Amino acid sequence: MALLLALARGRYGRLSLTVLLTALTVLFQFLNPQVIRATVDSVIGEEPFDLPVFALGLVNTLGGRDGLRAALWIPALIFIGIGLCQGLANLWRRYFIPESAEYISQRLRNTLFGHIQTLPYEWHVKIQTGDIIQRCTSDVDTLKNFMANQLGEIARSVLLVIIALSLMFPMDTLMTLAALSLMPVIFAFSWRFSKSVSKRFLKADEAEGALQACAQENLTGVRVVRAFGRERFEVKRFKEKNDAWASQIGHLANLLGNFWGLGDVITGVQIGVVVVVGVLRCQSGALTLGTFLAFYSYIGLLIWPVRNLGRLLSDMSKAGVALGRVREILSAAPETDAPDDLEPDIKGDIAFEHVTFAYGDQPPVLKDISFTLRPGRTLAILGATGSGKSSLVHLLCRLYDLSADGGRITIDGTDIRHIKRGWLRNHVGLVLQEPFLFSKTIRENISVTTPDAEPEAVHGAARVASLHESVEEFANGYETLIGERGVTLSGGQRQRVAIARMLMREAPIMIFDDSLSAVDTETDARIRRALRGRTKAAATIIISHRLSTLMQADEILVLRDGRIEEMGSHEELLALNGSYRRIFDMQGRLEEESAQ
Amino acid sequence: MSYYEEYDYNKPFSLKIWAKMLPFLKPYRRRLVQVGLLMAVAALVDVAFPLFLRYAIDHFIEPGVTDGLWLFAAVLVIAAALGGVCVILFVRLAMRIEFNIGRDLRAATFNHLQTLSFSYYNNTPVGYMLARVMSDTGRIGDMVAWGVVDLTWSVLYVLGVFAAMFALDWRLALLAGAAVPIIAVVTVWFQTRLLRINRQVRRLNSSLTGSMNEGISGARTTKTLAIEDSQLASFSDLTAQMKKKTTLAARYNSVFLPLLLFIGSITTAWVLSSGGGLVLKLLVPLGTLAAFINYVMGIYEPIQQIARILSEFVSTQANIERVTMLLEREPDITDTPEVIERYGDAFHPKPENWESIRGDIEFRDVTFRYPDGSENVLEHFNLTVPAGSFVAIVGETGAGKSTLVNLVCRFFEPTEGTVLIDGRDARARSQLWLHSHLGYVLQSPHLFSGSVRENIRYGRLEATDEEVAEAARIAHADQVIQKLPEGLDAAVGEGGDRLSTGEKQLISFARAVLADPRIFVLDEATSSIDTETEALIQQATRHLLHGRTSFVIAHRLSTIREADMILVVDDGHIIERGTHKELLRARGHYYSLYTRQFEEEESDKVLR
Repeated sequence: MALLLALARGRYGRLSLTVLLTALTVLFQFLNPQVIRATVDSVIGEEPFDLPVFALGLVNTLGGRDGLRAALWIPALIFIGIGLCQGLANLWRRYFIPESAEYISQRLRNTLFGHIQTLPYEWHVKIQTGDIIQRCTSDVDTLKNFMANQLGEIARSVLLVIIALSLMFPMDTLMTLAALSLMPVIFAFSWRFSKSVSKRFLKADEAEGALQACAQENLTGVRVVRAFGRERFEVKRFKEKNDAWASQIGHLANLLGNFWGLGDVITGVQIGVVVVVGVLRCQSGALTLGTFLAFYSYIGLLIWPVRNLGRLLSDMSKAGVALGRVREILSAAPETDAPDDLEPDIKGDIAFEHVTFAYGDQPPVLKDISFTLRPGRTLAILGATGSGKSSLVHLLCRLYDLSADGGRITIDGTDIRHIKRGWLRNHVGLVLQEPFLFSKTIRENISVTTPDAEPEAVHGAARVASLHESVEEFANGYETLIGERGVTLSGGQRQRVAIARMLMREAPIMIFDDSLSAVDTETDARIRRALRGRTKAAATIIISHRLSTLMQADEILVLRDGRIEEMGSHEELLALNGSYRRIFDMQGRLEEESAQ
Repeated sequence: MSYYEEYDYNKPFSLKIWAKMLPFLKPYRRRLVQVGLLMAVAALVDVAFPLFLRYAIDHFIEPGVTDGLWLFAAVLVIAAALGGVCVILFVRLAMRIEFNIGRDLRAATFNHLQTLSFSYYNNTPVGYMLARVMSDTGRIGDMVAWGVVDLTWSVLYVLGVFAAMFALDWRLALLAGAAVPIIAVVTVWFQTRLLRINRQVRRLNSSLTGSMNEGISGARTTKTLAIEDSQLASFSDLTAQMKKKTTLAARYNSVFLPLLLFIGSITTAWVLSSGGGLVLKLLVPLGTLAAFINYVMGIYEPIQQIARILSEFVSTQANIERVTMLLEREPDITDTPEVIERYGDAFHPKPENWESIRGDIEFRDVTFRYPDGSENVLEHFNLTVPAGSFVAIVGETGAGKSTLVNLVCRFFEPTEGTVLIDGRDARARSQLWLHSHLGYVLQSPHLFSGSVRENIRYGRLEATDEEVAEAARIAHADQVIQKLPEGLDAAVGEGGDRLSTGEKQLISFARAVLADPRIFVLDEATSSIDTETEALIQQATRHLLHGRTSFVIAHRLSTIREADMILVVDDGHIIERGTHKELLRARGHYYSLYTRQFEEEESDKVLR
C-alpha cells in the first residue's frame, strides 16, 4: 500500500475530496426518502412535521401544510434539487476515481519502465523476459482495475453502512434492527460464496490456460502436426481440453446460480421482515406511513452494497498478489553512480591490469588478463565459445564491475570504476553479436543516440556499414519500419544497422563483439576498410573467428580458458608456432581439400 | 502485421451476419426457450414486489388491521423463493448455453484450422488465429446466452411494470412513461461514444504492451547505447496518451449514470407531486402512490440495459465475421474427391488402401512461386532424388532454403510442373498418405506440453513403451532423459521450454526414429548448442539419414560433406548444385560459406 500511496503523491487533496464526495453522494441518496416521508406523512397525511428546525422554518414560510398542499410542486422541486446535488457529487466522484487510478498506474508504468532501464545488465541476463513483461502489463492492469472499480466501491459501501446506521437508528430503533436483521447473514453468505467462487474461477482459468496452450502449440507446431499426419490426434486432444474447460464452467454455473439465487431469496425475506415489522409498528401507532416507506427504500439502498462487499473484499487478495509481484521488480537494486564519480575526457588509452573476473560464485571466466591498447590502434581477440571474450568487453563498458581484488581497468589512467556509467558508455561504442533493433524506422534506429542528426550523417554512417545501398532498395528507404509491423531484416543487415548506429556517436573506443559474423567476407573487409578511414583516432577491439579480420589488427590476443595464451602481431604469433599458427595452417588444408 | 490489426467496426445490425450462427444455436434452441421462460417468471416476481408494498399499505396500514398479515408474509416469502429458484436455474442454464456454444465454435474453428494450408499459416500470425479460436468464440457464446437472458428480463420487466402501472392508474403511468424515450436516447448517445473510446483505449493498450515488451527485451542494448532517458521519454509519451484517452472515457462514464439517475429523480418528483394531488383528492390510494414511486425509481436500469444489449449485439457482429471468415476460408491444397474416395481424408483415413512407399522423388519441370510472392523462386527445375539419397540445402538465413522441402512435403504445390513420388504425381495420393511416411525435425524443435514419452510417441501413436525407449536410445536422447529426475515421464513444459534447444532436438529425433519414415527432413538448429549435445546430435543424424531419402537444411557445413547432392540457395534461387568436392573446386558461393565456417570450427577446436 505504501507504494501506491507514494505513487499517488500530488493527488492527496483530490483523493480526500473523493472520499468527501462519496460521503455526500450517499448522504443525498438517503435524504430523498426523507422528502417522500415528510410529504406522505405531513403534507398529504395529517402527522405533525417531524423535521429539523431550519426545515420547519422553511415549511412555515411556505404556508404550512395547507400552503404545501396547494403547491405540491415545492416538495417535488426539493426532491429534484436533492437529486441534482447527489448527481453532481456522484459525477465528480465517478470522474475522480478512475482518473486517479489512471494517474497512479501511469506513474507506476513509467516508474517500472524507468527502473528496468537502470537495473544492472546482470539482472537482464537472468530474468525470464515473459514473466517480467506480464508483471509490467497485466499485473499493472489488475491493480488499475482494482483502484478504479473495487476500491471506490468498497469505500462507498462502508460509508453507506455507516451513514445508513446513523440515520436509521434515530428514526426508529426497532425498525432499524428489523432492517438490519439479515444483513450479517447476507454479508457472511456473499463473503463465503465469493471465496469458493474465486477458487472455482481459478480452476476454470487453469483449464482455459491448458486449452489455450494446446491451441497455441498446435498452431505454432503446425509443421510437426502435418509432417506426422496427426490432425486427427490433435482434434481429439483439443476436444478433451475443450470439454474439460466446459465442465469446469458447468461447476461454476451451479455455484454462481446458487450464489445469486439464494442471495435473492435472503434479500426477499429481508424485505418481508421489514414489511411485516413495519405493518405491525404502524398498527400500534409507533410508526408513520412515511417513515415506513423511508425504511423500505433504505433496505433497497443497503442490500446491494452489502451483497457486493463480500465479493469485493474476497477479490482484494488478487490485487495484493499483483502488487507484490510488481514490488519485487521495483525492489531490485538499480545501477547507481557514486556522487564523486567522474566525467573525464576520454581519449581511449586502455589498460587491463591483472584482471580476474567471475560471475557470482562461479569459477572465474577471466584470469589475470593484462594488456594495453592505445588510441588509433586495433586489438583483435580470438578464442573458443565461452572463453571469456564477451565478458572482457562487457567489463570495459561497466556492464559488470570488477570486484575489489580482481585487478583494475583504466582508461587514460583513470580506474573505470570511478567513471560514471552513462558517461563511459557514451564513449565506448559496443556492437553485440545479436543486436536488438527497435521497432522504429531504419533512420530512427541508426540515429537513436542522436535523434537530431542530419540525414547526411545517417547516410554517412550507413555507407561505412555497407548498408546504404541495401536501404535505398527498400520502397520506403530509410523510413522503412523494422520488426513485426515492418520488414524483417536478415542477420547480416541487422548487424550492419547496429554498426551504423554505433558510429553515429563517434566514440573514441569501439568494440565489435563478433558483430560481423553474419556478413560475408568481402563485405566484412569493405566495412573494416571504411571504418579505418573514418575513425583513425579510435581505439578498436574486434572479436572474431575470421582470420582475414584478425590478421590485420595491430595486436592479436588469443584467449584459452579465460587466460591469455598468446599475444602479438600476426607475424609474431605465426613465429610462435602455437595455437594461432595451427589455426592459420588449416587454411592451407582447406586449399588442399578444394584442390582435390 | 498492420493488415492484421483489428479494424473499427461500423456496420449496422444485420440479420444476415447473425444467420450464420444459426447452425451453432440450433442444438440449444430448447434451452434458449427455457431460459426465456424462466426470465419471464423472474421478471414477474420483480414486478410483483412493489405491489406487495401497495397491498401492505392499503390493506393493513391505512385501515389499521392485521388480519391475514401472516398469510401475506408467507406469500411474499414464497414469491421471493420462486424468484430465487428462477435465478438458480437460469444462471445454470445460461452459463451452459454460453459455454456450449463457445465450445462448439472453438472446436469448429480449431478443426478447420487443421485443414488449412501453409500458405495461410505462413502469412497469419499465431496470435491472430488464436484470438479467433479462443476469444471471438467465447464472446459470441456470451452474447447469445446473456443477451437473451438480459434482454428478455429487461423487456418483460419494463412491459410488466407498465402493465401494472396502467392497471393501477393510467394518468400516473403516462407520466412515468415520458421518461422512457429520454433514457433510451441518452443511453444510445453515451454507449456509441463509450464503445468508440474504449476501442481506442484497447488499441493504445496494445501498443503500450508492445512498447513495454521492447523496453524489457531491448534493455541490454539500451544500456550499451546509454539511451535509457530517451527510451523512458518516448514510453512516457505513450502512457500520457493513454492517460488522456482513459480520462476522456472516465468523463463520459461519470456523466452517464448520474444523468440517468437524475432523469429518474425528476420523474419520481413529478409522480410524487401529481400523485400526491390525486391522493389528496382521494382519487388514488396512498399504497398505489408508494408502488408508483418504487416503479419509477427502478425503471431506468432495465431501459438502459436494453439499449446497451442492442448496441452490444451490433458490436458482436465483428466477432462473428472474424470467425465465419476463418470457417469459410478454403484450404489451398486439397485432395481430389477421387483421392479422398480411395485414401480417405485427414480425419477419416483409409490406411488399408495405402501403397507402401520407396522414397524416389523427382522434380519434373517445376516452376514455383509463393502464393503471396511476386516472382518465381523455381523455374523449370528438374531434380531426381533416388530412394535413400542424401540431399543437403545450404544458404544464408532467409535465403529460401525451405522451398524445396515445402514442395517435397506437399506443404505447397508447384505452380507448374509436377513433383513425383515413386514415379507418380504426389497429387494422385492423399496428403495424409505422404505425411504418414515423413519424418521432420525442425530447426527450432517443437515439442508439446506433456511428458517426454508422450512427445516421442507422437511419432507413432500405437508404439509400446519399449519401442519408445528403444527409439530414444537410437536417437541418443536417452542421455538427455537420464538426466531428468522423472526420466521418460518428465514434463517438458509448454512448448518444451524446460529443455534446451539441443535436448529438444534429440527428443524430436527420437520422435522421428519411432515414425520410421521413408523420407526424412532435417532443419538443423542455428542457435548455439553445447559441444556435448552437438556431438550426440551429429551421431543421431548419421543414424537417421541412413537408408532414407533425406533432405537436410544445413547450417553446420561439416555435417554434409558426404551428401549425394548439395544445393546452394541465395536470394530464393538455387545458384549452385553438386557434391562437396565439386562445389569447393568451383570456388563459388559454397566455397566462401564453407571457409567462413571452417575457420570458426577450427579455432574453436584448437582453443578448447
